[in-house]
Amino acid sequence: MAILASRKVVKRFGGLVAVSDFDLEVRELSIHSVIGPNGAGKTTFFNCVTGFYRPEGGEITLDGHMLVGLSPDRITRLGISRTYQNIRLFNNMTALENIQVGEDPHLRSGIVGAIFRTRRVRREEQETVEEARRLLRFVGLAGQGDLLAKNLPYGSQRRLEIARALAGKPKLLLLDEPTAGMNTQETAEMTAFIRRLRDELRITILLIEHDMRVVMGISETVTVLDYGEKIAEGPPAQIQSNPRVIEAYLGRGSAARAN
Amino acid sequence: MATQRSSPFVTAVQQGAIAGGVAVLLTLMGMVETFNERDIVQGVISLGILLLVAIYLVFGSTTARTLSQSQVSVRIGASALAGAIGELFLVGLVILGQQVNLRPVFPNASPELWEILQFGLSAPQSYLAMLGFGAVFGALGAGLTLVSRRYRGPVIVGFLCVVLIGLLDDLIGITIASNPMFATSPVIETINQFFFAQGVENGLSKAGAVVVFLVASVLAYHWPTLRSGARSRTQAMPAGRQHTLALSMYGLFVVILLILPNFLGPYLTDVSNSVMIFTLMALGLNIVVGFAGLLDLGYVAFFAIGAYTMGVLTTTAVGAESGQIVWGPGLTFWWALPFAVLFSLMAGVLLGIPVLRMRGDYLAIVTLGFGEIVRILALSDALKPYTGGSQGIVEPAMPTVGRLSAALSSQGLYYYLLLACVGLVIFVAIRLRDSRQGRSWMAVREDEDVAQAMGVRLVSTKLLAFASGAAMAGLAGAVFASKVGSIYPNSFDLLKSINVLAIVIVGGMGSIPGVILGSLVLFGLPELLREFSEYRYFVFGAVLVAMMLTRPEGLWPSTKRKQELHENMGPEADPRPQVLSTPGEAGSV
Repeated sequence: MAILASRKVVKRFGGLVAVSDFDLEVRELSIHSVIGPNGAGKTTFFNCVTGFYRPEGGEITLDGHMLVGLSPDRITRLGISRTYQNIRLFNNMTALENIQVGEDPHLRSGIVGAIFRTRRVRREEQETVEEARRLLRFVGLAGQGDLLAKNLPYGSQRRLEIARALAGKPKLLLLDEPTAGMNTQETAEMTAFIRRLRDELRITILLIEHDMRVVMGISETVTVLDYGEKIAEGPPAQIQSNPRVIEAYLGRGSAARAN
Repeated sequence: MATQRSSPFVTAVQQGAIAGGVAVLLTLMGMVETFNERDIVQGVISLGILLLVAIYLVFGSTTARTLSQSQVSVRIGASALAGAIGELFLVGLVILGQQVNLRPVFPNASPELWEILQFGLSAPQSYLAMLGFGAVFGALGAGLTLVSRRYRGPVIVGFLCVVLIGLLDDLIGITIASNPMFATSPVIETINQFFFAQGVENGLSKAGAVVVFLVASVLAYHWPTLRSGARSRTQAMPAGRQHTLALSMYGLFVVILLILPNFLGPYLTDVSNSVMIFTLMALGLNIVVGFAGLLDLGYVAFFAIGAYTMGVLTTTAVGAESGQIVWGPGLTFWWALPFAVLFSLMAGVLLGIPVLRMRGDYLAIVTLGFGEIVRILALSDALKPYTGGSQGIVEPAMPTVGRLSAALSSQGLYYYLLLACVGLVIFVAIRLRDSRQGRSWMAVREDEDVAQAMGVRLVSTKLLAFASGAAMAGLAGAVFASKVGSIYPNSFDLLKSINVLAIVIVGGMGSIPGVILGSLVLFGLPELLREFSEYRYFVFGAVLVAMMLTRPEGLWPSTKRKQELHENMGPEADPRPQVLSTPGEAGSV
């Protein structure tokens, strides 16, 4: 069954149609990749799903809830978390605090409780810290909770961003190029890690990725976007041999030669 | 810094020219002459001359530091040359001033000024003396860079203590005179006579200056050892004792604050009251600007709303014969206070709603406009029956605390009231900062979009920042209205917003002790040094620029801000990529 479904989503920037009549169905507990050349509209689509952009047409639903028109925080509270293509951590907060912010949707304490620091508030704070530490351990950053996010090395920042996204206890996790800038070894680790997110935490993964080894290695379904339109969809093996995909990536004529 | 070795001569001329320019500027502004009234050490040096000394010391040491690759003698020579060149500008100014009447353009260019600059000597010896003066202090500036840090710090601290105590001389006199216990004590009298100049003279006595310098620099020299000794001793104690010790230190501090008015006398108590009103405002603005990163330039509006609420609700000067004000319920201070806080809080929310989507510069401009709107509304004819227009409101209520009010002077009363308010506001600010709310503020400050995408509710987060900041300003305004005894629209101009912002920036954004220190430095000191009042905004500007260059994190930064601006302070992050955790650990997440 589809956890995330988009129907005929359109997003324009002035005269440029960034996403046009885009249909997508993400099956629950699948790892689904969206690929395409630069500027194909992948990140724009992510921004439509998470409420950063409001699409001009079409609808997007999560478990049947309409997402179009909701604010980003509402959408997060419904169970979607994301990471960013260019890492966007809270640089001047510690790693632990970054994750604690991610836990915010599940906190109940209000301002009065904060001022009087009631027992309930203290317990909740304690729990957020423990939960944050657990997540740090989970992503392999144990003991680095007190470092400022910007002082972490690049790979750790990527993992911290995922930990922060996990703190919201999402049903669906959108990862925007999680292996960008990583070497082969790091990429392999990240790939295994993404699979664990699905297998152990039972989170559906929707992924934008350029590294074809990652895409072909872990995805169950691949959707290919070009100029805002879906040009192909299917299991990795099928996509790899699809002439339209090869054309989009390598230019006209390449497909013929490949055949 | 310089990869190329700079020529000592060129460096000296450059630095000397800048020093000379600064010296001429300060002189023509009248600072030297005004400050000359005040002796730091009786008959030895006045504040005006000290100003020039400071210029040559600073530029002498900059010269020496620029030439750090040259030999010591070259460095000292160049610094002396820089000082002399700086003073050469003043020599030129004196000669020019004696030939041409500069006063139509520079009203401060009086014959008295030339006399001060010539140290009372006559030409041409005086010119030589002036050049020598510049050269000596330029060379001393270079000397400071040669001495190891271990000794330089204490020497500077010693000098600063002499200057500070010399400046505060007459305040100490006032304090002693206003306290009967001190005024009659022979011990105090002897100490006073030893340390301070007597009669119409002011400043420290020569012997007093030497003693103050020695004591301060010896203490500063031993300070690191004393501190680490004390620290290791407290750390050796069991946790319970440590806790008790910390508590008793706090207790002692509170007791000192409580008995302080008895020693300060009415004038200084009044000064501390003004400082505390600014502290209250700055603590509130610190939440908006420091915690949540929302630049608010119209912050004085909430202060005004608090003050006017107090004024309208409590004034007794109502009716045809008292002018324009036709309505006023005449509540007591304590009844009106919660309304003042409530109304400014509501104004904070009202301002917050339209500006929710604005960021940075746009937000600053809109809040600036809001601040002006409130002031102009208070001035307007429409509200004249309530606010009195430009004539303002007089006779707001005073706080009364049963029999206590009779026992306290009015300054004392406000002192304790404000102390309680500051304590309460600090408590609330700390609690908010350390809560989920504080974290959301920080996240919004860092990256608003991502914070929202992480589930932070932007609307309530921003509104809460505006509202709590506004409530604190409203509280300050209400007490201010009652303390000053009259409310005029012109007390609430843009400058006040800027002043409070300057406190937050100079003290250290996001740092609560920094904000308190900031208001002491920016409002306590100028209040105490009357000569400064004329140059307050000039000094403000200079201090702000100097701060941004040398200490952008503020005087007493929050630990985090310090880390941000001096990255190398934090523990070095492990650059090796870590292996992702093994599958077994995941179960609990």
